[in-house]
Amino acid sequence: MSQKKHSSTRMVPVPTNSIVPERDINEIPVLETRHLGIEFGGLKAVDDFNLTIGKTEIAGLIGPNGAGKTTVFNLITKVYEPTSGATLINGRDLHGLGIAQASKLGIARTFQNIRLFDNMTVEENVRIGLHNNIKYDMFSGILRLPRYWIQENRQHEKALELLHIFGMEGLADERAGSLPYGVQRRLEIVRALATNPKLLLLDEPAAGMNPHETEELMENIAKIRDQFQIAILLIEHDMNLVMGVCEGICVLNFGRIIAKGTASEIQQNPVVIEAYLGKKKEGQA
Amino acid sequence: MKMTKAKRNKLIYNIVTFALVIGAFLILQSMIANKTITRSLKGQLVPICCWIVMAVSLNLVIGISGELSLGHAGFMSVGAYTGAVVSGLLINVYDIQDATLRLVIAIIAGGLLAGLVGAIIGIPVLRLQGDYLAIVTLAFGEIIRNLVNVLYIGTGDGRLYMSFLNKKLPEGIVMLVDGAKGAVKIKPISTFTAGFILVLITLAVVLNLVNSRAGRAIKACRDNRIAAESMGVNVTKYKMMAFVTAAVLAGMAGALYGLNSSTVVPTQFTFNQSINVLVFVVLGGLGNVLGSVISATLLTVLPEVLRAFADYRMLVYAVVLILVMIFTNNPTIRSFVNRLIAPFKKQNKSGGDAQ
Repeated sequence: MSQKKHSSTRMVPVPTNSIVPERDINEIPVLETRHLGIEFGGLKAVDDFNLTIGKTEIAGLIGPNGAGKTTVFNLITKVYEPTSGATLINGRDLHGLGIAQASKLGIARTFQNIRLFDNMTVEENVRIGLHNNIKYDMFSGILRLPRYWIQENRQHEKALELLHIFGMEGLADERAGSLPYGVQRRLEIVRALATNPKLLLLDEPAAGMNPHETEELMENIAKIRDQFQIAILLIEHDMNLVMGVCEGICVLNFGRIIAKGTASEIQQNPVVIEAYLGKKKEGQA
Repeated sequence: MKMTKAKRNKLIYNIVTFALVIGAFLILQSMIANKTITRSLKGQLVPICCWIVMAVSLNLVIGISGELSLGHAGFMSVGAYTGAVVSGLLINVYDIQDATLRLVIAIIAGGLLAGLVGAIIGIPVLRLQGDYLAIVTLAFGEIIRNLVNVLYIGTGDGRLYMSFLNKKLPEGIVMLVDGAKGAVKIKPISTFTAGFILVLITLAVVLNLVNSRAGRAIKACRDNRIAAESMGVNVTKYKMMAFVTAAVLAGMAGALYGLNSSTVVPTQFTFNQSINVLVFVVLGGLGNVLGSVISATLLTVLPEVLRAFADYRMLVYAVVLILVMIFTNNPTIRSFVNRLIAPFKKQNKSGGDAQ
């Protein structure tokens, strides 16, 4: 292919059958991917990935193991540079930007295998999330100028306010690494919210949680969307959670989208059932 | 604002660190006044201050920023040479006789130039990670040493002459830096008080930096690079910040060190010296500033005290390093030590937790 890859000026046909909820139809979609793809040494891990997410939509990304779901997250957050296609956040092309710059444009994420700053306290973890929201320069910090005290206080209050979402203010001084698994997952969400995102990517937020905790998480995801007016895209294997909270669901298999639609549409889609359970052999009952 | 437990612990740590340093200074000053101090120890006071500053600043790079840098002595040599040249210029050209003023200007100049060199080196080097970064910083340390080995700086008629070839300098000028002979004819102007103030400045800079927004970002990059970047932290910027700050402090220590004797030679700043500082840092504990202060002091004084055994110094260093590594990193030994101190800890904890 002689055509220059992932150039931002390339003409691309806008993907069809997007599933943006009606209330967001007149807004700029928070995330738009166009023919996004990446190859690892000839293997197309993700190919022709088209997805549009509305301003306040909760969307789900599901698929069997190894389908490329986390790779999609890594493409959107610029951990990987895509080999084809484009990602737009609020209409802005992410081409050529780094992870930190993408974060400044309003993408925040959690990780499948938790990546907290284990040796720091819970509050410090959230304060890292506030890094670009409540700022002061290095010299104010070293010389302890008034700006340092004002901004540190603001960070402290904001951190506690965010921790309050999950009722975790009491844990502010605990070492993040010493927390139980489920609490660590919630802390990751709080830390991601602290960056003041427009799009929150949750990678298996319910992994390792018991049914009761998952139930709570479902409520909290909806609550976060309502309170912060942000879009959420989540990867999850817990179908109760996905079907219960997601407005639009996108199914991925072998790096390609095989179905898009609402929960009930997906549940009845034969292609999806085949991807998960395998094909019925001829002659079997 | 309510003081949280973590905050209180940090404050106590900082107070203990400063109290220890100031206390030691006062004791030593009174010993000097009473003339009860031994001559060899008195001669060691300024070097001790220099090595403390070196250890604390290297701890900022290794312990807090988490990058293994093996060229720290290179920045010290930049500072030492700059300090010697600036001090020489101030006497010969600008005729400034006030020693304190000369010392302050020399230290600031040494710090600034070392910081500049640190920034220039940091741009390519900090793109590397782990072993690669260690090897490249080692190489840069050696490059700096080899450059000053052929550096000739002289002054005469109110002008500054500089060359990497001796022949090009005119006759009859005052040599400040004479190639492999090093910086010569330095008038020693370093004082223990100046060293003490430099130590305090270093401690304040490093401790305040660590407990600020920038310091948290530096630690976040160390703990989990991807997560830190995902939170919008510019990793290169904060690694650079730690590296350059450490270079500035090392340069200041170098200037103080250089102006403490009448000559400075390039062989004082070899790879071995970088490793020496690394030993201070590892022995004191990575990221532990107070530990660096104590280990730098002890390991500078001990060889003088054990002069008779000086030949075995490096052997002891090696053994001590191995032992410290085993004791701090071996899970079996750690759990054994924890079990030993558990009864005492429990008593404290039950007292502290009852609210």
